[in-house]
Amino acid sequence: MSKAPFMPPQGSSFAGQVDLLYLFLVGISLFFSLLIAGLIVYLAVRYKRRSPRDIGVPIHGSGVLEIAWSVIPLVIMLGSFVWGTMLFFHLSRPPADAVEYFAVGKQWMWKFQHPDGTREINTLHLPVGQPVKVTLTSEDVIHDLFVPAFRVKMDVLPARYSTIWFEPVRVGTYHLFCAEYCGAEHSRMGGWIVVQEPEDYERWLAGERGQENRLASPEDLFKRFACESCHRTDSVARAPQLAGLFGKQVRFKDGSAIVADDNYILESILKPNEKIVAGYQPIMPTFQGQMSQEEALALVRYVRGLEAGK
Amino acid sequence: MPSTERAVLETEDYINADYNIKSWLLTTDHKRIAVLYLISVTLFFLIGGLFAVLIRLELLTPQGDLMQSDTYNRVFTMHGVTMVFFFLIPSIPTVLGNFLVPMMVGARDLAFPKVNLASWYVFNLAGMFTLYAMFAGGVDTGWTFYTPYSTTYSNTHVVATGLGVFIAGFSSIMTGLNFIVTIHRMRAPGLTWFRLPLFLWAHYATSLVMILGTPVIAITTLLLAVERGFKIGIFDPNLGGDPVLFQHLFWFYSHPAVYIMVLPAMGVISELIAAFARKPVFGYKIVAASSMSIAILGFLVWGHHMFVSGQSVYAATVFSVLSMLVAVPSAVKVFNWTATLYKGSVSFETPMLYALGFIGLFTVGGLTGVMLATLGLDVHVHDTYFVVAHFHYIMVGGTIMAYLGGLHFWWPKMSGRLYPQFWSRLSALIIFVGFNLTFFPQFLLGYMGMPRRYHVYPEEFQVLHVLSSAGASILGVGYILPVFYLTWSMRYGPRASANPWGATGLEWQTSSPPPTHNFLETPVVTTDAYHYSEEVTVG
Repeated sequence: MSKAPFMPPQGSSFAGQVDLLYLFLVGISLFFSLLIAGLIVYLAVRYKRRSPRDIGVPIHGSGVLEIAWSVIPLVIMLGSFVWGTMLFFHLSRPPADAVEYFAVGKQWMWKFQHPDGTREINTLHLPVGQPVKVTLTSEDVIHDLFVPAFRVKMDVLPARYSTIWFEPVRVGTYHLFCAEYCGAEHSRMGGWIVVQEPEDYERWLAGERGQENRLASPEDLFKRFACESCHRTDSVARAPQLAGLFGKQVRFKDGSAIVADDNYILESILKPNEKIVAGYQPIMPTFQGQMSQEEALALVRYVRGLEAGK
Repeated sequence: MPSTERAVLETEDYINADYNIKSWLLTTDHKRIAVLYLISVTLFFLIGGLFAVLIRLELLTPQGDLMQSDTYNRVFTMHGVTMVFFFLIPSIPTVLGNFLVPMMVGARDLAFPKVNLASWYVFNLAGMFTLYAMFAGGVDTGWTFYTPYSTTYSNTHVVATGLGVFIAGFSSIMTGLNFIVTIHRMRAPGLTWFRLPLFLWAHYATSLVMILGTPVIAITTLLLAVERGFKIGIFDPNLGGDPVLFQHLFWFYSHPAVYIMVLPAMGVISELIAAFARKPVFGYKIVAASSMSIAILGFLVWGHHMFVSGQSVYAATVFSVLSMLVAVPSAVKVFNWTATLYKGSVSFETPMLYALGFIGLFTVGGLTGVMLATLGLDVHVHDTYFVVAHFHYIMVGGTIMAYLGGLHFWWPKMSGRLYPQFWSRLSALIIFVGFNLTFFPQFLLGYMGMPRRYHVYPEEFQVLHVLSSAGASILGVGYILPVFYLTWSMRYGPRASANPWGATGLEWQTSSPPPTHNFLETPVVTTDAYHYSEEVTVG
């Protein structure tokens, strides 16, 4: 693990890119700080008052200088803006081959779920070299998933999904923090990201599979919450078709429309009366507080995967 | 100290005009109200400072050995609430601004003297609510009161503290209104807008932010209280609200509030640099215009506090570029102050040491602000000690340095006494060194990944935390010294002449301390600000 002084380890594919931008701006900042400090010291000593009644030479300004020291900082800052924004767009768009994990924050622990349903608390095992997208939500207040070695963080909000992605490039164990103040044990709401060689990760997963720490399957949840009594595929359905819903436009009673995404499906489960699909009655009960965020997540994922005509 | 007049006749001034307590508590004299505010904000500074001491002591070790988490969370919250709402926002406008705005425009008082007195009572009432919340058990939400933690989950005194902030806002609005009307309507004959000292331009810009921004924090704290008290869903998703809405409303005021803190400080620095270089501020009109553009642009950048809150990436992009733009007028000011030294007659009395220190620290604070406004980098350093270091460079390195510099500059005018140069220069030096030792390590901590508001932390961060705490103890000594020698000077300091620094400005043309009505006859202004003639008459 390479480690420069005062820098966290570079554990992800873009840690190096963030560090480069940081060092560039540190360089710029050092240059201007030293320039200003040097000028102040030089001018103050050079033009030190000789006798108590001396006055300075009245110079009122210089248009050329004003333009110079407005435009030069502006150009540098806009450069920094463009660089930083390109990086930010890269950070906010997970690649198509990213594997999806889930994280639920609650006072004061992190609950993670692997793609195969394996669960762990406060530690997340990941294979090296595999881009990972984590879908985040909170059971209570706002939290924030922060992995300094990956140079990423994202707020974790109640009743809403946010996402974060990264590609671990070095095997190792890295700090995981909650970075949004969330109450009494905020500073203890952390843990570790354990990045392993793919074969070690598979071995670890296989070992976990024997344990009884997996969630009920989404099909079971769909039955348990009696979703299928209305969301049926036959002609007596009293609720909209779910198969093929994800990614399609949905039209509402009030004439508005939206493309069905994770957040829409989550809202429809937790607060079904917020948006009523055109042609249906507001008869669905709210599931807010009736299911855990992990169960809601599993159902959202289930609905997402339902293909039309099945 | 240049020269002192020993044999000053006991003439009537605003201090010796009347000695009884009622004459102070019911005064409408802006100078006396400034002194009342000085007492209030100093008390709040000491309370906020005490909390800072507790924070730095706790963070000496990685374990939570001094306090429980609950206690630590209350301590950093009350440090923030006290310092932001009861010291940094009011300090320069209500103490130096109250004292100087009427004198600098050549008026006998502010436009609404009774409103001015009322603002002090409102301010203290607000302080009472906050103190009540503190003594009743405190509040643990952070000074940012983020929902739904503050509305649903915290079981501390959120509403009382919120009410304190709500009420304090009214005193801000009263002060802002008074300054705006005074600067518009009560300028002495000949004192045109572009002859105003830059201190007044800065206070004018600040006042605009105060009266336009403060109502929004009032609405926000009220909504917070409504949700907390009556379970009406505004911010908590469980009640049908939106937690991010709170952040938008909160920062719509609280980012401009940063400019309420720093614009008056910039005004002070312009005065100090001009006075101790004995020449006009380089690019006067640009510096004045930059205050106004900071005030306006400052309203358009609040979203940079929310880059990782889940707001749209396009919104984040717009807020990022606007934040870069607001940094330009700040940079311009720094260059203009530096250029003012060129061919000046520079002397190094205590206020000037503070001013030069301010420029250095503000530069570092500003440049790290540009780093934070850079999206891809902010994602990593957001909510870490990097942010903590950055805003302390602006608020402590900037605002408090300027406040102390200003206080030392105008102290002879306010108190009529001189203070010892040795001790005051020493304290300025101690503060500069202590400040950097306290807050520079926090930049490093932040980049290494140390999150803010952490009671316990991983061991690898300890060395830098110990450095920071050591710096804080030096900084504390630097802050305590002026309390002693300034108090001492009120009784034992040599009497100050009307103009001990040989500075320009109407406030230096009347005696020290000034008579109750400031000027024996209405001054007439015939020159630009900072007009130094052939030779300076000191005294």
